[in-house]
Amino acid sequence: MELKRIDANTWEIPKHAGMNVPAVIYASEKLLAGVKGDKTLQQAKNVACLRGIQRKAYVMPDAHQGYGFPIGGVAAFDLEEGIISPGGVGYDINCGVRLLKTDYTEQDILEKRKVLLAEIFKEVPAGVGKGGTTRLSRRALEEVCAKGAEWAVTNGYGMKDDLQKTEENGKMKEADPSFLSQRALERGLPQLGTLGAGNHFIEIQKVSEIFDFDVAKVFGINSVDQIMVMIHCGSRGLGHQVASDYIRLMENKLGIRGLPDRELINAPIRSDLGNRYYKSMSAAVNFAFANRQMIAHWVRQVFQKVMGSSEGMDQVYDVCHNVAKFEQHTIEGRIKNVCIHRKGATRSFGPGRREIPEIYRAVGQPVLIPGSMGTASYILVGTDKAEELSFGSTAHGAGRLMSRHEARRRFRGEKIKEELEQKGIELRSTSWRGIAEEAPHAYKDVDEVVRISHEAGIGQLVAKVVPVGVMKG
Amino acid sequence: MSFLRDSYCRGFPGVRMEKYKFFHHTADAKFQAFGQTLEETFAHAALAVASLMWDWEKIAKNIEISVAVEGKDLEQLLVIFLEEILYLFDTRNFLLGSADNVSLEQNDGDWSLHALFRGDVCAGEYEIFGGVKAITYNEIVISDRAPFLVQVVADI
Repeated sequence: MELKRIDANTWEIPKHAGMNVPAVIYASEKLLAGVKGDKTLQQAKNVACLRGIQRKAYVMPDAHQGYGFPIGGVAAFDLEEGIISPGGVGYDINCGVRLLKTDYTEQDILEKRKVLLAEIFKEVPAGVGKGGTTRLSRRALEEVCAKGAEWAVTNGYGMKDDLQKTEENGKMKEADPSFLSQRALERGLPQLGTLGAGNHFIEIQKVSEIFDFDVAKVFGINSVDQIMVMIHCGSRGLGHQVASDYIRLMENKLGIRGLPDRELINAPIRSDLGNRYYKSMSAAVNFAFANRQMIAHWVRQVFQKVMGSSEGMDQVYDVCHNVAKFEQHTIEGRIKNVCIHRKGATRSFGPGRREIPEIYRAVGQPVLIPGSMGTASYILVGTDKAEELSFGSTAHGAGRLMSRHEARRRFRGEKIKEELEQKGIELRSTSWRGIAEEAPHAYKDVDEVVRISHEAGIGQLVAKVVPVGVMKG
Repeated sequence: MSFLRDSYCRGFPGVRMEKYKFFHHTADAKFQAFGQTLEETFAHAALAVASLMWDWEKIAKNIEISVAVEGKDLEQLLVIFLEEILYLFDTRNFLLGSADNVSLEQNDGDWSLHALFRGDVCAGEYEIFGGVKAITYNEIVISDRAPFLVQVVADI
């Protein structure tokens, strides 16, 4: 496949053989070498062939092979001609990240961090194989899916201020839980307020470096050694079921003929099925917002109990990594409504966009990029340039480098815990094998990913945080 | 921890045949399952999926659940069948220990599958070391004649 170098960190697959638009990849030579090793580029090309795609298909610096769309894929579609695809969002709908600041420093929590972590481990159910502690009626669950984080705040989990500091204010208004299948609701019922397994985590972090003091201050990040809490999880089985349900409904109704990849199944945005998927996906997005809202509340309660106060634990922001939504973007000089798909990508809106909270509107939105277990995570700020370059999107994480089986073969959970402890990082998990699978070495270098985001201009560095305590689901 | 799970082939005493095998896949879990029949191959694929979350060999067979699923083609049938494991885990905390009596039938082009899942409810003594989000069509392969094989990528 021809790959044209545009500049140091930008590569293009020119339009050819059925592509409606070119595909653009943001990567260093090192990251590109990794991407070439799997099917990412072919998948980007497939996305560029979809009906109604606008401008270009984009691939973020942390991209790797996904299903249908690559992970780290961004594509926007014309509302009349275009499509919506469950494979363009992913199975873990609104997998995302929430960041809380604190007024504590590392010194303040040094002696209590083991207790803090143990209490978080106790209060926040991993919920894998056992379900959560919150038992809901089906009607209440539908309300969760309709109202998102707002439901959680109304029911005593967290503060109103959290809502305005959440993407979409914590609620996709178009959500319609009546389109959710019985199975999706059944899977959601025991799992609200649970972290889940895999790469999901809660981390107590400290700020280790500030790159942009002015913006950091606006985000509530004031000094090195300030303690933060990051929560990474998604919509659990409910979201997974929505994706599976609509892939099936679409293939049964529309057929799979002509698709280069079965996971690229899609429906016209302006169709009954497209509409139903969008409203169900929005319901799953809301479930995930409520989930993170509840977990944030429990984390604050733990700080209150262990440290004596949770004052100052304001939310910095909460971002989605897997979502489709309607946004306005400038395309060929005209402002246009499009259906944007971000799969393993973070919205990265620059100053002035009305979607971002007023308090951040002068500087741009916070972009939260989690690293792998035990490594650094980053806070970036959205840019104007990102709107031109990637429909206001950037990377979402480190991206795996090694399969879980390979990681399990190479690493031992006990040893990793020991190594992290030597670096001053406490670790709690329900499973040693789970720890081995999430070994830091099984992931790409997140430092390189955010450097490319910064250099390409699709998300600017603000601060680096490193873990002090990690709870892995 | 071995990559392979071995079993002895019925009908070919002494010939070792693996039930399933995992392959390198950057982000997810890709495996092939094998069997003497397509039915047995599907059953082994179910064990491969379970092996991503718990050690199915250690699960007591205290509970039996009858499974009946349908699909428009074999690929869809396999995906729906394997997703049943995830559904039962999420909603009933059921840990699959074996998939028995798998039968496949084709009627007017559509496929149906019946099977008996045996296993136990998740409790303290079982370690859950991973989660499977979904079974995907990515790189799916089904060879429905000897040598029987299915290849699946699970989103984890």
